[in-house]
Amino acid sequence: MGNQTLRGIFWRRFSNNSLAVAGGVIVLSLFIIAVLAPVVSPYDPNAIDRSHVLMPPGIHHPLGTDDLGRDVLSRMIWGARISLAVGFVAVGIATAIGMMLGALSGYYGSWTDRVIMRFIDIMLSIPTFFLILAVIAFIGSSIWNIMIVIGLTHWMGVARLVRAEFLSLKEREFVLAARAIGASDLRIIFRHVMINSLAPVLISAVLGIAGAVLVESSLSFLGIGVQPPTPSWGNILTLGKDNMEIAWWLSVFPGLAILITVLGYNLLGEGIRDSIDPRLWDRERA
Amino acid sequence: MSAYLLKRLLEMIPTLLGITLISFFIIHLAPGKPTDIFTELNPKITPEAREKLEKYYGLDKPVIVQYGSWLKRIVRLDFGESFSSDHRPVMNKIWDAKKPLIERRLFVTFMINLLSMIVILLVALPLGIFSATHQNTVYDKISTTAVFIGFAMPSFWLALLLMILFGVHLHWLPISQLKSMNYWSLSGPGQLWDLTRHLILPIFVSAFTGLAADSRFMRSSMLEVIRQDFVTVARAKGLPERLVIYRHAFRNALLPIITLAGLSVGGLVGGSVIFENIFGIPGMGQLFYMSVMTRDYPTVMGILTIGAILTLLGNLLADVGYMLADPRIRAR
Repeated sequence: MGNQTLRGIFWRRFSNNSLAVAGGVIVLSLFIIAVLAPVVSPYDPNAIDRSHVLMPPGIHHPLGTDDLGRDVLSRMIWGARISLAVGFVAVGIATAIGMMLGALSGYYGSWTDRVIMRFIDIMLSIPTFFLILAVIAFIGSSIWNIMIVIGLTHWMGVARLVRAEFLSLKEREFVLAARAIGASDLRIIFRHVMINSLAPVLISAVLGIAGAVLVESSLSFLGIGVQPPTPSWGNILTLGKDNMEIAWWLSVFPGLAILITVLGYNLLGEGIRDSIDPRLWDRERA
Repeated sequence: MSAYLLKRLLEMIPTLLGITLISFFIIHLAPGKPTDIFTELNPKITPEAREKLEKYYGLDKPVIVQYGSWLKRIVRLDFGESFSSDHRPVMNKIWDAKKPLIERRLFVTFMINLLSMIVILLVALPLGIFSATHQNTVYDKISTTAVFIGFAMPSFWLALLLMILFGVHLHWLPISQLKSMNYWSLSGPGQLWDLTRHLILPIFVSAFTGLAADSRFMRSSMLEVIRQDFVTVARAKGLPERLVIYRHAFRNALLPIITLAGLSVGGLVGGSVIFENIFGIPGMGQLFYMSVMTRDYPTVMGILTIGAILTLLGNLLADVGYMLADPRIRAR
């Protein structure tokens, strides 16, 4: 049966799952496009061309032009950078906070746990999108502010996940053994327990990127996110709404890009989950 | 049951206090002042006049003092006076008792969210059950694909596409506002019809994501339940499959969905900013957007608080529904 190491099993299961592979390919392609944006985009995304305003898709502009004659394809390619950057940084912040608080809560228990859990309950009951909207409108919509605010409002799921992992792992023999030979709390938390809870955290992070991309594009669409002339898929769609009657291409393509991106991360996340979950491994043999 | 309800209601108070405390501090500590709007509009304003303005709104005091006086008023459901030029009380903006129900913002938002919740449950549950009982058939595969796409669909993009299709090209449905100009001159059924036509797209859009999530959840919950022993027993004693599924399995599979539906209230309320803005619906979400843009602190805080109360009530309702559906919990 070839490679029977965990990694071998993971890769075999992952590569047999065509949807997961499709997700991986989408995510990878987006990365390449974003990194190579200056090379692959046919036009300068901010080059205004008053003689070619609102051109429908054609040979010169495959996805048409916007109300200032800017090439939509080029703006979308540069927009991929924004949406990727926001996704990664926001989820990075959320995951770091969630892991920290979840670990504290699950490892120390008692009042630490009660305080953190109450804090999570409170955060979960604030209509998050309202709060994000208010804060970004007040502090100004720079791309860093957007990343930070999305990160600060989306850590609760990870925290709960890590807490649950800690609760189930902290009484296991290998942790007791580590404690018996005098390992410090910090060492136990990071070297022994955290490392064993990384898989579910990774899955939730991949799925979280999809969520962050959606939030950023919604904000930009409402005019509170990434500000023009910096291109983002959300703010191209705002132009689509303003020119709804005459320029369908401004509405269709950027939305499709968001859909495919989010779909890609979701498929990848679910694919990793299915490949990691040992409960599903038996089915392979059956 | 009523003792439990009372306990849960009392538990909501500290949570609500925490929510308002966090929101209040975040909003008031954000750089910039609401008076900036006035000073930007009128650059000649003197520092003294500005100070006077801040004093008038109580913005010169420490945040904690401001929070204290805000809290004292909110107990009487008084959210203060709006900073906007009309200076109306916030409560009056959200719930104008002099106007007909359909023109009160909170009612509009509440109605749309309630209707879309009903649509979600009415469509998602049967879809999920059917998908589970026909696992791995063509239908199941199609619906699984549809669900994945539904998850990934940005709701504002869906709204935009539907507006272009049904409004701009086909002219079937109105694409903005909640009712036509001549609404009040219509007959009763005419008003209902007018309202329905205006509500179809917004409700479809706000229900769409929830629909995907809930039907997916219903499917996996059902799949888990129908593998359990009591379902085999029900089958073994000769019950018709319909009864096995809809009486025995369904009730058990429904439990996690009730919790999920309760938890999704917050997301629905937050989403109302997006669809009310796109469809130009005069609800609470639209008012929130306008208030955020003009730094109208009292209105922003008022709507955040009401949104949080709705979310908490949604969670409570889910717990009550859970108890009604599960006799094991009711007995405790």
